[in-house]
Amino acid sequence: MKALVLFAHPAFHKSKINKILVDGLSELEGVTFHDLYEHYPEFDIDVKEEQKLLSEHDCIIFQHPFFWYSTPAILKEWQDNVLQHGWAYGSKGVALKGKYFFNAITTGAPEQAYKKGAFHDHTIKELLVPLKQTAVLCKMISLPPFVVHATHVMDTDEILDYKNDYFNLLKTIVDDKLDLDRVSDLDYLNHYLIKEEL
Amino acid sequence: MHDGDFFYQAFVYLSAAVIAVPIAKKLGLGSVLGYLIAGVLIGPFVFGFIGQEGQDVMHFAEFGVVMMLFLVGLELQPSLLWKLRSQILGLGGIQVIATSAIIAGLVLVFTSLPWQTALAIGLTLALSSTAIVLQTLSEKGLLKTEGGQNAFSVLLFQDIAVIPILAFLPLLAIAEAGTTVAHESTTWIDGLPIVLRTLVILGVIVSIVVGGRYLISPAFRLIAQTRLRELFTAAALLLVIGITLLMTQVGLSPALGTFLAGVVLAQSEYRHELETDIEPFKGLLLGLFFIAVGASIDFQLIINNPGLIALIVLGLVFVKLVVLYVIGRFFGMRMDNNLLFTFGLAQGGEFAFVLFSYALQNGVVTDSTANPLIAAVAISMALTPLLMLLNEKLIQPYFGTKKEDDREADVIDEQNEVIIAGFGRYGSTIGRFLQANGTQATYLDIDPNNVDLLRKLGLKVFYGDASRHDLLHAAGAKDAKLLIVAVDDSEKALEIIETAQKHFPHLKIISRSKSWDDYFNMIEKDLLGVFREFSDGALRMAADALCFVGLRKNQVHRALKKFRKHDEMYLKELASSRHEHHTFIKHSKQHIEDLEKMILDDIENEAKDKDLGWDTTTIKEEFIPILNKLKEEAKKNT
Repeated sequence: MKALVLFAHPAFHKSKINKILVDGLSELEGVTFHDLYEHYPEFDIDVKEEQKLLSEHDCIIFQHPFFWYSTPAILKEWQDNVLQHGWAYGSKGVALKGKYFFNAITTGAPEQAYKKGAFHDHTIKELLVPLKQTAVLCKMISLPPFVVHATHVMDTDEILDYKNDYFNLLKTIVDDKLDLDRVSDLDYLNHYLIKEEL
Repeated sequence: MHDGDFFYQAFVYLSAAVIAVPIAKKLGLGSVLGYLIAGVLIGPFVFGFIGQEGQDVMHFAEFGVVMMLFLVGLELQPSLLWKLRSQILGLGGIQVIATSAIIAGLVLVFTSLPWQTALAIGLTLALSSTAIVLQTLSEKGLLKTEGGQNAFSVLLFQDIAVIPILAFLPLLAIAEAGTTVAHESTTWIDGLPIVLRTLVILGVIVSIVVGGRYLISPAFRLIAQTRLRELFTAAALLLVIGITLLMTQVGLSPALGTFLAGVVLAQSEYRHELETDIEPFKGLLLGLFFIAVGASIDFQLIINNPGLIALIVLGLVFVKLVVLYVIGRFFGMRMDNNLLFTFGLAQGGEFAFVLFSYALQNGVVTDSTANPLIAAVAISMALTPLLMLLNEKLIQPYFGTKKEDDREADVIDEQNEVIIAGFGRYGSTIGRFLQANGTQATYLDIDPNNVDLLRKLGLKVFYGDASRHDLLHAAGAKDAKLLIVAVDDSEKALEIIETAQKHFPHLKIISRSKSWDDYFNMIEKDLLGVFREFSDGALRMAADALCFVGLRKNQVHRALKKFRKHDEMYLKELASSRHEHHTFIKHSKQHIEDLEKMILDDIENEAKDKDLGWDTTTIKEEFIPILNKLKEEAKKNT
């Protein structure tokens, strides 16, 4: 199985967490790293090229900081243009059918902030519903997100732990070892690995 | 001719024109009537500034008609001419035959003239005045309407019909004596048998078509490369005069020959330029022609036989009106077009002067018959602008079609919303982009080599100087929306802008500027936009340079946009404060000062990309204490 990481960070030059998370990604066996802001500084997304890339992979990952409970602008632009009717969805749109999809996101606030009554009043899972439904409409298998919380107060060791988890997860997917039955009731994909270790 | 004489005459004609025409135009009578009245005034019967030489002048000035048909030809693509074939043959043919027959019949019924004379009169009076009709129609902008096109078709047929009529007239001779001697033998082919004659005529026509297609363009290119305007004008005149001579030699109508040459050259890149060069000569000569017609009206004769002349004029105009109207109906013209067509063509033509004198020579008519007819034709010509005015003001408003359903299919060849002046590398990029997005522009360029090259690539680029208002006019500036000035030469660019703003105030303008001075000058002209030619290229290069040294493309791209915006704003500010120093500070020093100010300002603020929306600094300041506390608690819990 091959994985495509669609990476979007508008101020990557200032990023700390994502810089580390992304470092070495493209060297992973079976993983393609695609940096959207670097590739399309003028937002002129090459739809044919993107669709070709999607067709060549079996797992699609949106990796990005969680901006306003959603993706950075270029990923929205990407969805608007690339996920065309008749190709990605609709009765004849089967190009993405059966592929895995998940978000790999970073948030400044900790997990506690994302629940009923807390600062953000919603769980990550709830907030990601539009993206999940997008994947479902495109006949993809939507997986829970991989989430790195509390980046504002994270030291390098912690980040490296997350990175380790993230890379291991990607390897599991590429090696086609992901057990979908175990994934379905998870909140975060992060937990899949923890369970495995247990 | 004596020098003093010449200048005296020129002075009289020009003053008459300069005084009478503006007054006539002010009164809404049109220039043709102005010229005619001027002619009457200076003629032998009013002030008598000019005498019988009016006839000679008219003969000379007929050359204006030749030039006019050349220009008409230039406006007509061969394909359009082909489309008009049924109008030319149908409308034209029926008009000439029907009018001739009816007039001849009336002459037979009401006079005791023999049938030969009646037929000659009929054929001669059937013709209308190309000069007056086309001039009046184009002045009113009606030439391209259906009525105008049909009138033109009929006139074209008449011009062709003159040739067989000239050949036919001697056969109608009634007074045998001396007629053969009167037949002039001045052309090359008069002595030849009919077959050879036909072959020579065909050969001449073919050579005009082939020459126009393959020889004239390269010749004009060579001449244009000299960049001497007057040489181009000389060549254009030479072309028209050459064809006139050639056609006269083989006994064809010069007007027809130059018209043909015009049609052949209608697709040439030098079309606009030829038009602008010939136009003033045509205008002057045609004016002279109208003056001469006015001056030649024999008032003595009219005073002696007022009733007879009035009867002939009214009869002539009435017969023509009826025939034209019926044909127009028969050909399915709508009311307003038909009225224009009918009232436009209801007069005798300048060919009548030629044909009557030829008929006299050949003994077909007598002096006493011809003279009142000639006077009547002249009067009917003078009445044409009045008739058209009458139609326009009184008849059309009541009987014409209402405006709402007045949807003419415009017959316009090259009429675009956008005109690009300067089609070098800069302008062609603009043109390509517009074309790629479905907007066709009219391209003008002053470099003949460039025009030639682009034409080979299949682009319709016209050669010409866009700072001349007549050329802009020919390029359709009157109806265009946007003029893009992309020429390389700053002074030329300013000239173009000034001309366009003066003559076509509705036209929006965007312009390329080369230097800051340029930019400031153009900003002052209050254009829709001024674009510094290097600024975008330089900025893109600078942006890529930043990327090559490792900056994020997205970051750099946003910085570029911000810098450009800031830069433009700053330059506009500089432009507005410029006049204060401008005069006493040397330009170069001013530039350095300005640049310094700009750079300092860039460093201080604005032009730098600060990623404000994505900057987490202030968020961290606000939330980190809380977040740290939460983190501690979480650690304790595990």
